[in-house]
Amino acid sequence: MPGVMDIKRKIKSVKNTQKITKAMKMVSAARMRKAEEAMTNARAYANKIYELVGGIADRVEADSHPLLVARKEVKNVCLAIITSDKGLCGAFNSNVVKKTLAFARENQDKNIKLICIGKKSYDFLGKKEFEVLEKYVSFGGKITYDEANEIGDKLVAYFLSEDVDEVHIVHNEFKSTAFQVAKVTKVLPLVLEKQEAVADTTDYIYEPQAEALLKEIMPRYINFTVFFSILESIAGEHGSRMVAMDNAARNAGEVITKLTLTFNKARQSAITNEILDIVNGAEALNG
Amino acid sequence: MAETVRLELVTPVRQILSEDVDEVIAPGVEGDLGVLPDHAPLLTALRVGELAYRIKGKLEYVAIVGGGFLEVNNNRVIVLADDAELGHEIDLEEAVQRKLKAEAALERERKADEKTFKAVEIELMKELIRVQIAEKYKGAK
Repeated sequence: MPGVMDIKRKIKSVKNTQKITKAMKMVSAARMRKAEEAMTNARAYANKIYELVGGIADRVEADSHPLLVARKEVKNVCLAIITSDKGLCGAFNSNVVKKTLAFARENQDKNIKLICIGKKSYDFLGKKEFEVLEKYVSFGGKITYDEANEIGDKLVAYFLSEDVDEVHIVHNEFKSTAFQVAKVTKVLPLVLEKQEAVADTTDYIYEPQAEALLKEIMPRYINFTVFFSILESIAGEHGSRMVAMDNAARNAGEVITKLTLTFNKARQSAITNEILDIVNGAEALNG
Repeated sequence: MAETVRLELVTPVRQILSEDVDEVIAPGVEGDLGVLPDHAPLLTALRVGELAYRIKGKLEYVAIVGGGFLEVNNNRVIVLADDAELGHEIDLEEAVQRKLKAEAALERERKADEKTFKAVEIELMKELIRVQIAEKYKGAK
């Protein structure tokens, strides 16, 4: 049985841990609110640009732009992997990594190249046998549209230079605070979803022509997809961390209860022993 | 016959405007264009420039910094801009400072390759627009 003092020390250390996890949970909650707000703000733009691209897609030939043309032979696939920079957020990052590895297993005939966004993806996958084209680390849980643009431009450049034949994004889709799903999304070549719903073929005036407009819109569409994916990932990261820290704080609470019980028992038996000693001593004197 | 058009201005970062206005004047790539109520459906790309709108007879200005698109459909004008700033939100002094900086950068890059030079030039153009618009609001403050 451990000594009373040892248990006391242990309880203190667990309490400290609990304080930290509680604080981290609070911080994550605040950050997540911010990240969620950024996502909501971006959603207005998202809806519009998807609608626009969908609308235009109906009116142009499928091969009118190099970004739309599917390559006959897909040899090199680029995966843009979005994770967080920091750990302590449950299975958040490992889900993405697992998804990536599963994708690699399914596409063993293809050459897989990576673009790592977020430090954790590079830490995990950089050491594996994949070729890493680019890495973007330490943007500190924030992203500006310009930064996303830079990444998006790189993706397009790799695709156009035929270094890669397909580009996919692997990231955590934000379903809710406690629930994110790792997902692989194909971004290049672009697959334009024709919208049947917008059946009213309103005769739009295009300035310049639809093809030229599409050329303007598409890079933005891709950059925005990157931007939005990263926003989702950031919100998810904080959500996931919040849940992880909440669990940790609760576990710490349980451990403390158990330790306190042992501590009380130990203390009780120490007291009993002492009383026994005194009683025995008194008995001996009397006798 | 509609009296007003709904102007919505969104950037990837935030929704900037959502208002009923009398008229919109936008910097299209092929020249400025005005949109009045009951305009025909239109889709156009925008250049860096000044977007004006008339609301209750008064003209307001927005700096479109970064290009984008404008869609007119069913008395709704939707502007998707990479970045935009409301005229009265721009601080003139700060705008002038940034313009000077951009000019200096342009001077520095004069010998750089064409691509960097172009990029710097566009930056300067954005700053010029911001100053221009901020000046319009100078008296109002």
